[in-house]
Amino acid sequence: MDLTVGPNQFFWAADRWAALYADLANAPVDRVIVGELVCSKRLPFYQDRLLEAISTLQAAHKKVLVTSLALVTLKRERKLTSELADLGVEVEVNDLTALTYLPDGIRFSVGPLVNVYNEGTLSWLASKGATRVCLPPELPMASIKILATAGAELGVTIEVWGHGRVPLAISGRCYHARLHGRTKDNCQFACEDDADGLEVRTLDDQPFLAMNGVQTLSDSYASAVHHVDALKDAGVAALRLSPQSTGFVEICHVYRQLLDGEQDGDNIADAIGHIAKNTRLSDGFLSGARGVDWSGQLPGSGEGR
Amino acid sequence: MEIVCPAGTPAALRAAVKAGAHTVYCGFNDETNARNFPGLNFDRAEMREGVAFAHSHGSKVLVAINTFPRAGDEAIWQSAVSDAESSRADAVILADPGLLDYAARVHPGLRRHLSVQAAAANADVINFYARCFGVKRVVLPRVLSVPEIAAINAETEVETEVFVFGGLCVMAEGRCSLSSYATGRSPNMNGVCSPASHVVYREDDGVLDARLGGYTIHRVGAGESAPYPTLCKGCFNAGDKAGHLFEDPVSLNAEQLIPQLKSAGVTALKIEGRQRSRSYVAQVVRNFRKAVDALAADQPIPKGMLTYLSEGQATTTGAYKKTWR
Repeated sequence: MDLTVGPNQFFWAADRWAALYADLANAPVDRVIVGELVCSKRLPFYQDRLLEAISTLQAAHKKVLVTSLALVTLKRERKLTSELADLGVEVEVNDLTALTYLPDGIRFSVGPLVNVYNEGTLSWLASKGATRVCLPPELPMASIKILATAGAELGVTIEVWGHGRVPLAISGRCYHARLHGRTKDNCQFACEDDADGLEVRTLDDQPFLAMNGVQTLSDSYASAVHHVDALKDAGVAALRLSPQSTGFVEICHVYRQLLDGEQDGDNIADAIGHIAKNTRLSDGFLSGARGVDWSGQLPGSGEGR
Repeated sequence: MEIVCPAGTPAALRAAVKAGAHTVYCGFNDETNARNFPGLNFDRAEMREGVAFAHSHGSKVLVAINTFPRAGDEAIWQSAVSDAESSRADAVILADPGLLDYAARVHPGLRRHLSVQAAAANADVINFYARCFGVKRVVLPRVLSVPEIAAINAETEVETEVFVFGGLCVMAEGRCSLSSYATGRSPNMNGVCSPASHVVYREDDGVLDARLGGYTIHRVGAGESAPYPTLCKGCFNAGDKAGHLFEDPVSLNAEQLIPQLKSAGVTALKIEGRQRSRSYVAQVVRNFRKAVDALAADQPIPKGMLTYLSEGQATTTGAYKKTWR
């Protein structure tokens, strides 16, 4: 199985943003998706570093793609989306709007924010030129198996969410701005202070979600560490790792060890906990009753669920 | 302007039609529609009878088949499309590209509307859905301001329908897995959000907690009215702030914006609430019918007539005003 690094979902200062991709050039990953997924207002801060990041990664023999925005509404966003293909790398469609601008017959990838729930949609996307689909994170294993089989027949490579805070929702409203008593148009980039999103806790002080501008993520880091064999058997070709601010390159390394059979899932889960403290894992979308559930040991509890 | 009214039951359909609904929307009693609640929706015979009743009164019926078909089980959703057609429904409301493709190929004579669940939020993607699947109308996601809706209408031949009253999704519809994450029940897959089966109220020492999926997301003093714990309208803590971080427990009421929406080129006004009682539906329909009739006669829209029907008594005009964002 391959490793794909998804687009950075968070707003990092340009130097930090560029450092991520410089580091990933030396990481054991096969594919890296750059570009802005969440908010078009962030892009101008690092746009002039994109080409350099792409060429650094390509020089290191990584396949590079550029993502579309997750939600395209404004005229400026439509223009930006229509120009994605001009970067000269394959486009990952994360809002079907991006598909409308791609030249006929061009190959493209589909990201986890496009609703690919069934064979009919997969087949339709394949007919439009999709060669690779990262499935929505909420899909259960039963659906993944069916779609991986269908993908093999259609010539579409199937990837699933492997690690990271799960993108659960996108909105027209910016929650970071709202939290600071501002509107989206006058947000003053409040999201920049939270490199992995801002933790949202319940009234019982339980960690629950993370806000990231117009996006809402899970607090937990969904991890497929316990499901690699099942995913391989199903014909899934790649895991997607979503960038985080702490130890991300190390995390890429431990997932590579997992895929190579050098470590088992429990060891990798432990390793992740050492690399990035306070990382709560989940895999309920794959195997649990609900997305937040975790099939492994709970930290400190000494017992599984 | 066309008023599009919810009907969760045959009785609500008849009530809506009698109250003056131009159009009623409803769904089959299974996971193919986004209001898959116990005791709601139509079996096949009820759908045929409901459509016949509506047609005999000059009203139309739209069938919402707007969840995303489960892999391996697409036939369930496809037969819902076939059965909507054989019920003589006026259109189906679909969100899934695979199902739209199926409907366009196999049931080309059946009019297709694009569900809000598709979150088609700009003219380019709306026109793309029209080119690919022949959709004639789009239900716009609740992320757009009135000027943005006007701009979309200037660039598309596809009719637009917008929500004007009832429950308000804060997230782009069809793009939200919050409920799935916390409860395992998914709007996209199961047609369910923040389900009552996962709600627990607990009173302790004069404090009433509302929990969803084990998460306490609302807390009031005993005796205070407790809103239903919908995830995106819950109370949370982040940073040094506490409160309704995503949205207050409000519902949408855009009745005063009807003239602007008409000027923006909107074809149809949609009322949310297939889970509501027939008396609620009848009252809302009567009020909105009065409003559009007043508008057609160049009269002012009566003020504040629906506030008392809104959840928690508080209403918002949502994204229609840009500052909401």
